[in-house]
Amino acid sequence: MNTIPKKSFAQKWHIKALVWTAIVLALFIASCAMTGVDVGAFLTGFNQFMQIFYEMLKPDWSYVPFTIKPIIQTIQMALIGTLVGSIIAVPFAVLAARNIVTNTVIRGTIRFILNLVRTLPDLMLAAVFVAVVGIGPMAGVLTLAIFSFGMISKLFYEAIETIDMGPIEALTAAGATKTQVVWFAVLPQVYNHFLSYFLYTFEINVRASTILGYLGAGGIGELLQRSLGQFRYDRTAIVVIGTFIVVVVVDTLSNQLRERLQ
Amino acid sequence: MTIKKTFWQKYEAWIWALIFVIIYVWAFSGIPVTGIQAVAGEVTKSILHGLFHPDFSYVYTGDGEDLISLLLQTLAIAFAGTIASALLSIPFAFWAARTKKGGTHLGSSSGKLFLTIVRTFPEIVMAIMFIKAVGPGPFAGVLAVSFHSIGMLGKLFAEAVEEIDRRPAEAIIAAGGTQFDVLIHATIPAVIPEFISLTLYRFEIAVRSASILGLVGAGGIGAPLIFAIGTRWWPRVAIILLGIIVMVTVIDFISGYLRKKLV
Amino acid sequence: MQEGTPIIEFNDVNKVYPNGTVGLDNINLTINKGEFVVIVGLSGAGKSTLLRAANRLHDVSSGEILIDGQSIVTAKGKQLREVRRNIAMIFQNFNLVKRSTVEKNILNGRVGYYPTWKTIFGLFSAADKQQAAANLQRVNLGEKLYSRADELSGGQQQRVAIARALMQEPKIMLADEPIASLDPRTTVMVMDDLKKLNEELGITVVVNLHSVSLAKQYASRVVGLRAGKLVYDKQIGDVQDGDFDEIYDGKNQEVKEA
Ligand SMILES: Nc1ncnc2c1ncn2[C@@H]1O[C@H](COP(=O)(O)OP(=O)(O)O)[C@@H](O)[C@H]1O
Ligand SMILES: [Mg+2]
Repeated sequence: MNTIPKKSFAQKWHIKALVWTAIVLALFIASCAMTGVDVGAFLTGFNQFMQIFYEMLKPDWSYVPFTIKPIIQTIQMALIGTLVGSIIAVPFAVLAARNIVTNTVIRGTIRFILNLVRTLPDLMLAAVFVAVVGIGPMAGVLTLAIFSFGMISKLFYEAIETIDMGPIEALTAAGATKTQVVWFAVLPQVYNHFLSYFLYTFEINVRASTILGYLGAGGIGELLQRSLGQFRYDRTAIVVIGTFIVVVVVDTLSNQLRERLQ
Repeated sequence: MTIKKTFWQKYEAWIWALIFVIIYVWAFSGIPVTGIQAVAGEVTKSILHGLFHPDFSYVYTGDGEDLISLLLQTLAIAFAGTIASALLSIPFAFWAARTKKGGTHLGSSSGKLFLTIVRTFPEIVMAIMFIKAVGPGPFAGVLAVSFHSIGMLGKLFAEAVEEIDRRPAEAIIAAGGTQFDVLIHATIPAVIPEFISLTLYRFEIAVRSASILGLVGAGGIGAPLIFAIGTRWWPRVAIILLGIIVMVTVIDFISGYLRKKLV
Repeated sequence: MQEGTPIIEFNDVNKVYPNGTVGLDNINLTINKGEFVVIVGLSGAGKSTLLRAANRLHDVSSGEILIDGQSIVTAKGKQLREVRRNIAMIFQNFNLVKRSTVEKNILNGRVGYYPTWKTIFGLFSAADKQQAAANLQRVNLGEKLYSRADELSGGQQQRVAIARALMQEPKIMLADEPIASLDPRTTVMVMDDLKKLNEELGITVVVNLHSVSLAKQYASRVVGLRAGKLVYDKQIGDVQDGDFDEIYDGKNQEVKEA
């Protein structure tokens, strides 16, 4: 005879889900309290918000010519930052790959450095670099270089860990040095991944570089800071639109190139 | 026998290399390398000195303006913002998701465009707009995170909805169920784990952005950081950077662990 | 040919893998110059382990392996690479760099002769480039020089691998089940290529095979392994039809001396 299995108490009441929901709810309430969330204040202040928004809906088109040069600089910063970052990333990625470096101390140290770099938000790096090298695009380039370095090296060592080990064996067996093995058996296998990550990182860098200027690190972000400081939201709108166009164009181009790489 | 390479075989690499070089010559021409300050070396030295002598007295002072309190506040901004954003994103996700085969996708395309605009709209500008609305402080940060995250979460959620297995839904329709039945019994159970995982991922990003929103006065650890950098108070900068690194690392670890457990 | 001059010598070689599996169990084996040795045995018998030890793709636990009188067990750095240079290897899965051209793959066999920096800048001599094309013609694939390796069939890839191995100007060619992933027709081509190298260039060939009939067809000497032990070793003229049952079925545990 069939008996319907009885649900346990926990299953019946979805205890686990309920506990988790309760925890999240409690944390949410605590977070709201801690950050002074006040829906009333938001509603009353909302017309202030919309006020700015309305001003942004009437962009100051005469401002467009002033945005061209900073936009170009933004792209240039992103290009250089991506290049520098990804070149530095290559040796680090090789040294962080489990199938290339068997020495856990070296690999662990390298991965630790990479994890550390990835924890740093881009704007924070920008603030530090502006202090070091002064206001200007150089600070932006350095920020983006470090930022892309952290991102590419992780993507890249993960790609290296998926390669076919056969050619490595073949090169070793033919009497190749470690460097030759990496150059002839590893890199050709991940070359396409590398280019694809390069483009992907470039896309992200273009987005990032549009705001770095807010802290003085060059590019279109400087105009963001200036127009907001002067309460010229009609100009802010132009900057935002410009940013949007650049991001969409770069994303589209880069996506097309990446598809060709497949 | 000798075989010739075709033109393309022979020159493809060179052509790409040339394009690459031209682009980069152009790029470098736009960045004045002379822009490095004379004091850069000195500043770097002070920073490094500071980094090895962090201002530990700042870690906890009990006045609510110390490192620990502000890191907690940063986490609170990220958490409250992400949860609110996850809830707000759900309707946008269903708007932007392309669930029907064939036909035009005016609805979903407009939804995707909207989400792209939100995603591209600088978070800093959003924070400043909210500061005008509710005044400076962490609440403005929460609002900025909540609204800005919709751009990315909405997109990721929409992709999750698009990728769910349609067969259970078809089975429900075939059995005479309504669209509402489909939503309750097929769609929601399928997407919830995915949504939670994506929300956790977005939380990791939000922690990073919350730690810089203070740069414009939207609460969290960013404000004391920018102040310390401005006054070249390197031991203080160092302890704040260390604090952020530890916080982000711990959050990434926890979130990564939870996400692994979900799948 | 210089029959009787040892070129590979295994003396009391043992190999225990880190997980405790015994790969080689007290192997004593001398292979002479110019021989075409086929090693047979069930899968898991230790055939690959033996070949890989001979090129030191992995270390042995104890014992000595001499290549042309020189120890490869203790060789280090440059010295090790020079010994390896004389030993070419052919693999079951070809181990070509799939995304690179055939020419580049073949030149990869030559890197042991150059300083690292020269190879990185692609500064292979014109003579070596010509040799690469000639080696490819030797395996009848001359027109594929600039094709990408992944455009070739399995049999063609294995022949490119042979051309690559020839770039080493090896004294010894080790082939680990070179035909296991090939169809019968290409199998014959690859085996014929190996035989030709053996006869025309005097390269000592050691091949791991599953197929008894191929072993009889090509070998000058057949060696049998079972559970890491050497259980059979005869010149081809002495091989009896019933012998292989012993290697495969394990009825006879004794080593049969040739
Ligand atoms: N890397 C390894 N780690 C542990 N055991 C291994 C490893 N490689 C091979 N073995 C074991 O060693 C024995 C011999 O393997 P192998 O030399 O590959 O045999 P064959 O090539 O004759 O099929 C087998 O039992 C196999 O499972
Ligand atoms: Mg084997």
